[in-house]
Amino acid sequence: MKIFMLGWEFPPFISGGLGTACYGLTRAMSKLGLDITFVLPRATCTPNLSTHVNMRTPADINTGLTEWETPEIKNIKFKTINSPLKPYADAGTYSKEIENLIRAKQKITGIVGKDNFEDNGHYAGDMYAEVQRYAAAAVKLAMQENFDVIHAHDWMTYPAGIAVAAVSGKPLVIHVHSTEFDRSGEHVNQTIYNFERAGMHAANKIIAVSYLTKNIIVARYGIPGEKVEVVYNGIEKNGNGFGLGKIGINKDEKIVLFLGRITMQKGPEYFLGAAKKVLEVMDNVRFVMAGSGDMMKRTIELAAQLGIGSKVLFTGFLRGEDVRKVYERADLYVMPSVSEPFGIAPLEALNHDIPVLISKQSGVSEVLTHVLKADFWDVEEIANKIVAVLKYPPLQMTLKEHGNYEVRKLRWEDAAEKCRQVYLQVMEQAVCV
Amino acid sequence: MPSVCFYFQVHQPFRLRHYTVFDQDHRYFDHFKNKAICQKVANKCYLPTNRLILDMIRQHEGRFRVAYSITGVLLEQLADYAPEVMSTFDALARTGCVEFLAETYYHSLSFLYSRGEFRDQIFKHMDTIEKLFGQRPKVFRNTELIYNNDLAEEIESMGIFDGIITEGADRILNGRSPNFLYKSPKTEKLKIMLKNYALSDDIAFRFSNRGWNEWPLMAEKFSHWVNRVNGNGYVVNLFMDYETFGEHQWEDTGIFDFLRSLPGEIMKHPDNNFKTPSEAIASYPATDTVDVPGLISWADTERDLSAWLGNAMQSNALHEIYRMEQKIKKTGDATLLSDWRKMQTSDHFYYMCTKWFSDGDVHKYFNPYDSPYDSYINFMNVMGNLEKRCGKSLKSHKKAVGVDKVLT
Repeated sequence: MKIFMLGWEFPPFISGGLGTACYGLTRAMSKLGLDITFVLPRATCTPNLSTHVNMRTPADINTGLTEWETPEIKNIKFKTINSPLKPYADAGTYSKEIENLIRAKQKITGIVGKDNFEDNGHYAGDMYAEVQRYAAAAVKLAMQENFDVIHAHDWMTYPAGIAVAAVSGKPLVIHVHSTEFDRSGEHVNQTIYNFERAGMHAANKIIAVSYLTKNIIVARYGIPGEKVEVVYNGIEKNGNGFGLGKIGINKDEKIVLFLGRITMQKGPEYFLGAAKKVLEVMDNVRFVMAGSGDMMKRTIELAAQLGIGSKVLFTGFLRGEDVRKVYERADLYVMPSVSEPFGIAPLEALNHDIPVLISKQSGVSEVLTHVLKADFWDVEEIANKIVAVLKYPPLQMTLKEHGNYEVRKLRWEDAAEKCRQVYLQVMEQAVCV
Repeated sequence: MPSVCFYFQVHQPFRLRHYTVFDQDHRYFDHFKNKAICQKVANKCYLPTNRLILDMIRQHEGRFRVAYSITGVLLEQLADYAPEVMSTFDALARTGCVEFLAETYYHSLSFLYSRGEFRDQIFKHMDTIEKLFGQRPKVFRNTELIYNNDLAEEIESMGIFDGIITEGADRILNGRSPNFLYKSPKTEKLKIMLKNYALSDDIAFRFSNRGWNEWPLMAEKFSHWVNRVNGNGYVVNLFMDYETFGEHQWEDTGIFDFLRSLPGEIMKHPDNNFKTPSEAIASYPATDTVDVPGLISWADTERDLSAWLGNAMQSNALHEIYRMEQKIKKTGDATLLSDWRKMQTSDHFYYMCTKWFSDGDVHKYFNPYDSPYDSYINFMNVMGNLEKRCGKSLKSHKKAVGVDKVLT
């Protein structure tokens, strides 16, 4: 079975859970023997990649496509379309990205192969035009490929998915990792909503990452429930470890970790609210906020306003080794998300033997039982639970033991198999029609 | 000549309210929830079943006999929330056909942690039963039928009990029948009555299970099973939670009709009769010894202590509460003592059980918590406050009353 997959981030080009999910899912799919062509918009090309992915410069670079294969993931071909599209972006940040890109390009042209960038100037400032351009490129690419099913991840690829489906006549599956309601609350961007809605209605089948997300799809996008399958994300067992980096952090000090984008969706202000309450009854605690995002500045200011600035450490966006280090030092991982379609980060924390406290408003709380849960707005309860974990070692121990065991049951292999079932369904329907 | 011995466990704990580390007051218990549950169970189970059993006793002119073990913590709640249940128990006591057993007043695990506290709670329970129902218990049952040789020795050494009740677990019987009386290798006189778990569970757990090949269970069929014991046993011990009637098995399953027709069906056979535990102990000799070096209980399929002591949180919480014993008792503060003791009720530790938490099952029954972790956190927060009170109480009560005065 050949899958034409449209994504928008993939390691090492990631800024959030989507790339991690695409990586885990496609890896497991390739083990099932599925043949995947992965089409990826790519804005930057880091010269030294500290990763397993082997990049190859293909001969057809002039079409704006880059192609590489990885030794770990067989059966998957990656195709990238040079474009500054980034997940989690909005139109405003997009135009800034373009400017930065052009500036960066001028600086590093000598390092990166000169043909790796196309002239992006003519569509600067218009993200929606870029989505359409990505779609057009994907259609061109699709015409050279043979495949049975189109699988599109999140809204930026939906127009491409719809277009490819129209041209090829193949069934379209869209995979909803998040919706506009998760990212923006009730301040929905109408254009993005329209993209999402169009994609969902055009799709033969929709994969949602949780029942929470399925409910939004049904209630907010007018999709019949039977069209939506829930496929939970999985986790790779990769937590191993010793070697502690303790720079700047006192040994007797307890560490409470927030790791994720610092945006409205992730509830950073609730984390700080809880921190403030915890510090009323405990002193030897440090709150680490690892990540960046559009609320970073406001969050730093809020910490200062609350008078806990010295107890909150902002690390900025962390990658690879640094993520591992910060997990190893943490006593508790807190995810107070306001709206979290799934949330892979808590699984990674559990994988690293860290107890987790998650908001009840997260998809992942549907699958995890050996974790602490609280409503994101209930700052006092979040604080109550943080204090308990720091104060009572038996609690930490029991959560770790059971949590680590439970998380091992969430396997990408199962998610991949469920996707395969969805493919079979839509292929059968396509034949019937 | 098998006798049938019914004993019903009647218990509800004082459930805790949501208590955070930021709470400073001393109101630990959720009166609203406890009242609601107590009244609900009273209406669905205690009242109708008490009336039914009273009817049966009258109808069979005293030949139908049963035993109860009612915990002190439930008696307190009934007095406050459902006094009409108290008067029906009183009426049952007056028939002379009902025996009341002794247990720890607080339905606690104190035997495992503090023998002094264990005895205190037994005496407090016996005093309460005597005051309310006019009889002093002669037979002991430990919380959740937890038992080992040491318990038999401890109970015999108290010099006031004729018998003790526990689970007829396979691993202590080694193929022998639970329908005889036994004794412990460590005691002289004390007789042990063992629960016939197969027949008890047919009523308590399987009665309404439509997937069970014996469903529907009628009194006639059940009586045949009892008759089969004839010649191979003295007494069939049917021990179960009282909530079986109307609460675990709802009225529409026919459980009340079953109970109503059972005495008549059993006594159709001229050799059969009903006996209370004390009567069974007086009538029959102990035929053999059961050696129980390790602890058993009537819980789950394991019949062990893992439901209360299966993880680090549970053992920590139990350890912490008994660590405070001397501190609490030194204050001489009666309210503090009573609060501390209500915290010893085994249900609090049962809620912390992680054994089948992911699957969802009987452990969720009336469990006020979403997760075992929440229950541990809540419990430990209350513990923290209790401990603070000890410090304060010692400072302010220079003229502390003696511990023994508080206990009486």
